[in-house]
Amino acid sequence: MDRFAYILRRLVQAIPVLFGVTLIVFFMIHLVPGDPARTMLGVHATPSRVAALHREWGLDRSVPEQYWLYLKRLLHGNLGTSLFYRVSTASLIRGRLPVTLWLIAYGTILSIVIALPLATLAATRKDRAADQAVRAVPLVGLGFPPFWLGIMLLLAFGLHLGRLFPVGGYGTGFVGHLHSMFLPALTVALGISPLLIRSLRASLLQVLESDYVTTARSKGLSERRVLARHALRNAVVSTVAVLGVNIAFLVGATVVIEQVFALPGIGQLMLNSIFQRDFPVVQGVTLVFGIMVVLVYLATDVLHSFLDPRVRFD
Amino acid sequence: MSDTPILDVRDLRVEIPLTRGTVHAVQGASFTVEAGQALGLVGESGCGKSMTLRAILGLLPHPGQITGGEIRFEGDDLANADPKRLRDVRGARIGIIFQEPMTALNPVMRVGDQIAEGPRVHLGNSRSAARKTALELMRKVGIPDPARRARAYPHELSGGMRQRVMIAIALSCEPRLILCDEPTTALDVTIQDQILKLLSAMRRDLGVSVVFVTHDLAVVAETCERIAVMYAGQVVETGTVDEVFRAPRHPYTLGLLRSVPRFDVVRQTLDSIPGQPPDLVAPPTGCPFQPRCGFAREDCLEGDFPLRRLGPGRATACIHDDDCAQDVSANPVIASV
Amino acid sequence: MAIAVAEGALDEVAEHRGGFRRRWYRTPSFVAGLLIVGTIVTMCLAAPLITSQSPTHQDLNNILASPSSKHLLGTDQLGRDLFSRILYGGRVDLRVAFLAVLLPFLIGTTLGCISGYYGRFYDTAIMRLVDVMVAIPFYVLVIALVFALGAGARSIYIAITFVGWVSYARIIRGETLVAKRQEYILAARAAGFRDSRIIGRHLLPNVITQAIVYAMSDIVLDILAIVTLGYLGLGIQPPTPDWGGMIADGQAFLTTKWQLSTIPGVVVVITALGLSLIGDGLADLLRPE
Repeated sequence: MDRFAYILRRLVQAIPVLFGVTLIVFFMIHLVPGDPARTMLGVHATPSRVAALHREWGLDRSVPEQYWLYLKRLLHGNLGTSLFYRVSTASLIRGRLPVTLWLIAYGTILSIVIALPLATLAATRKDRAADQAVRAVPLVGLGFPPFWLGIMLLLAFGLHLGRLFPVGGYGTGFVGHLHSMFLPALTVALGISPLLIRSLRASLLQVLESDYVTTARSKGLSERRVLARHALRNAVVSTVAVLGVNIAFLVGATVVIEQVFALPGIGQLMLNSIFQRDFPVVQGVTLVFGIMVVLVYLATDVLHSFLDPRVRFD
Repeated sequence: MSDTPILDVRDLRVEIPLTRGTVHAVQGASFTVEAGQALGLVGESGCGKSMTLRAILGLLPHPGQITGGEIRFEGDDLANADPKRLRDVRGARIGIIFQEPMTALNPVMRVGDQIAEGPRVHLGNSRSAARKTALELMRKVGIPDPARRARAYPHELSGGMRQRVMIAIALSCEPRLILCDEPTTALDVTIQDQILKLLSAMRRDLGVSVVFVTHDLAVVAETCERIAVMYAGQVVETGTVDEVFRAPRHPYTLGLLRSVPRFDVVRQTLDSIPGQPPDLVAPPTGCPFQPRCGFAREDCLEGDFPLRRLGPGRATACIHDDDCAQDVSANPVIASV
Repeated sequence: MAIAVAEGALDEVAEHRGGFRRRWYRTPSFVAGLLIVGTIVTMCLAAPLITSQSPTHQDLNNILASPSSKHLLGTDQLGRDLFSRILYGGRVDLRVAFLAVLLPFLIGTTLGCISGYYGRFYDTAIMRLVDVMVAIPFYVLVIALVFALGAGARSIYIAITFVGWVSYARIIRGETLVAKRQEYILAARAAGFRDSRIIGRHLLPNVITQAIVYAMSDIVLDILAIVTLGYLGLGIQPPTPDWGGMIADGQAFLTTKWQLSTIPGVVVVITALGLSLIGDGLADLLRPE
């Protein structure tokens, strides 16, 4: 029951943050210099059309009223209508969301697969050659622009070395997805791995030097058992926290990576809408990203509370 | 009393190479522990007693190393043993109890599982057999309601309870020797008393030998038969508690004994040993205690001062122990009863 | 007496920084980083001296050329000299990146200090704001802002300032929370110093080191952001050369001349490496003994 109340409380705490996100997204449109309606219509702007848009968006009312209207529509799941496609923004997003979610999940899993063994190697062989090599990874790796890394991977595996992977597209079927999305997911994973490796290594080192690991060794357990049953168990707990914090960045990077690999996700939708000056869609996608991140933070907290018995629920 | 001691440490040396210099944590520690006996290893903070204990099991913190000496246990020299032998000894033949039970127990593992782990690995117990053993041990060490407590996590237990868990872990594979690294220092006085009584009872019932590291002379007096005094990484005096307390033969021991406040005599000042312990990175030549010693003479300034045998089980590193003895007979530390 | 203690604390801080001056050239990462960044910055600044080629002059008879004595790295798809485009592109990208850290640094440090030192209402308000800002992914928000404000350097500055102050605020707040419990702060308050003096002369010099170290990785982040925006067409606008834009242009020619996309990226990686090394070195040097 305690944990249930804790989850509930965290959910409630997330609400003001969500409100804040909607505020920012709402005000974005007012940052645009000049009249947004006129800018939107561009060449087709006539006084009557501009006035019509004003009425439709409520731009003729006061700003707080506009925000209220905006919120009301949001709560009904209405994210506005795309100016370009002339369908509801929500349906556009819904159609493309699975691709982005796939990319995020696939990328996260790959990043753990890469980071965990490397960090463990480095921590257990502290200051030796393997450790120095692994420590160089975050140093160099954090300087790679994610999109450029994607292009390089495309170059290497998509175009040269045996054309192993398709250069774009989503693929069909589960295995098709796994295949087509491998390079983009790898790009995402390599983008976030340096951070993960650094944190994991640091927390593993701390754990390996802690008293309870000495106790475990004093019981005569093999080094492998000490590592697996005592050290990693504790390090994983902090990994979840680190991953959670960095997920926001990971999610943001998918926007660019979708562009590089021509993936039909919401990131690409956002970018296309920017060039088509399709305000409602840009707003809608930004909002969805914000909601996704808040949910991820929440999920991380909950997961952490399951993994670490020291978390208090009061 | 058998002839061969259970544990025979000879001239142990431990070094810790740090960037600012090498710390000579232990510079020649020698002592023995007989079967069924308790040896107190005393000294002030930083004298190397914890390092000595850890060296016995090869648990020195990185980058510490044993650089000399022997640790004889059951016919092996643990100082030069291969990792497999060390692992076989740890837990199963020699158990250890650490000072800080909060940090010495794995925070994400239930205490029952932690106690049961030793028997599972060393004795090959099945999960259920190990669990039964753990519960039995918890009862023996005086943890009430063991079945419920076994499912608890360390942070859910009190300090005294956690230390009992540590004792249970140390006893779990029925070792012949238990090393105690200041097991009661982190506990408050009433709990301290309970734990000490528990340790003594365990010793009586199970016949294990104990090495008890502490800076508290009163605790040694209560729980140990023999004592080894350490200063600046060396063992400077050994003997039975009775011998050493009544007739100390090293100025440091004498200083320690004199600095213990007495409640039966009204005094104006507290006796203490003037000066500071030496820097273990650059140990001085000659007797390490000489700068603070009231009996120091010219020949104390140069040379090595290893333990010198005075009688069976009695030794001192001081070459002017007679001066010490005279001082004591003039001003006894402990009035004869 | 308390005044003497406070003055003594100041002397201690000065001593630490004096130590820095003495040790910096003996820290390998710091020196290596300075060399790398110094070389690149110098080359970009001295671009007119190094190359006589114009970065914008198109020679449509000589597109996608191989390296030659005239064109050290060859030409791109419009016949423009690649080498000079990299140098001139670096001027813009690096200038924007270095300038873009300043405002977030100042704003974030100030807010973080207030948040940590005064606590309660200020802390809650600022931290709530931080929570909201952190909810929207960095790139998403920056892209959306640049979209709203229009592409170009000015919008980049505004967008990065809007999003970037958050990290500094968190770091400084954390450091302040620890520092304000130290004895020298207590002594300064006991001496009756005004808050502004305490924060300015006693607290800040001690907490700011973490922000300076972070600033190095923040510059890296900004370079990446600028280059990414350039790739997406939202950054520095043509005809001014920009590394990101160059990578985007080159993507269509991966099979014919892969250097177009590769080389600008490599330059970014090396610059970032240099900055990270400086950051690591600074962290070592500024760490209290």
